[in-house]
Amino acid sequence: MSAVAGKFDQLKELGVEVLSISTDSQFVHKIWEEEELSKMTKDGIPWPMVADGAGNLGRVYGVYDEANGVNIRGRFLIDPDGVIQAMEVLTPPVGRKFEETIRQIQAFQHVRNTKGAEACPAGWEPGKPTLKPGPDLVGKVWKVWQPEK
Amino acid sequence: MPDEPVGCARPTGKVVGEETPSSEVSEEKTKTGVQNMSMAKVGGKAPDFEAPAYHRGKFINVKLSDYLGKWVLICFYPGDFTFV
Repeated sequence: MSAVAGKFDQLKELGVEVLSISTDSQFVHKIWEEEELSKMTKDGIPWPMVADGAGNLGRVYGVYDEANGVNIRGRFLIDPDGVIQAMEVLTPPVGRKFEETIRQIQAFQHVRNTKGAEACPAGWEPGKPTLKPGPDLVGKVWKVWQPEK
Repeated sequence: MPDEPVGCARPTGKVVGEETPSSEVSEEKTKTGVQNMSMAKVGGKAPDFEAPAYHRGKFINVKLSDYLGKWVLICFYPGDFTFV
């Protein structure tokens, strides 16, 4: 949480709203934010911290762990039409990498800005070449894109 | 924003941007063997929900469909006061 809060400005610049969700109540969220997170970040947690006590939200997003009564780590990127463009779900011992989330947001926003005319190949980052899917590209991807570049 | 009464977290059973559960959609889902509750999948509309939340000193209600028109990042995590 604090790792994302520290980089929240990047998400704001990209026009991305954030919601964090756990099975803790909103009351527990309040104390965690006040007592700990606000001391680990410059301005505390700037987004709504959602309470999912019974795991109802986790269930429809496929991240609720019935045995342990918690939501496992899951990240969902939703576009302005309400469509889920990316999801990533991890078991508990490994955390996420924020930079990869940013990269995916930039890539999906790029695709959306081109109205789907361009696609972002593996490892794409802003400024790197994109692909323009169509008959001319079939069998010719190697001309415009190499995996190691 | 004034404090509002908050209920429990609940999926609305609809996807975002769908105002009333249309019978057309439910029938289609029944046909494909999926329950009325829509599940999250990439390329599909996000399951809508309403839930209580803590935000900047206040308790609020969050409704996912209120975010239509914006990019949204939803992060589930196991629990407050944990370490990863």
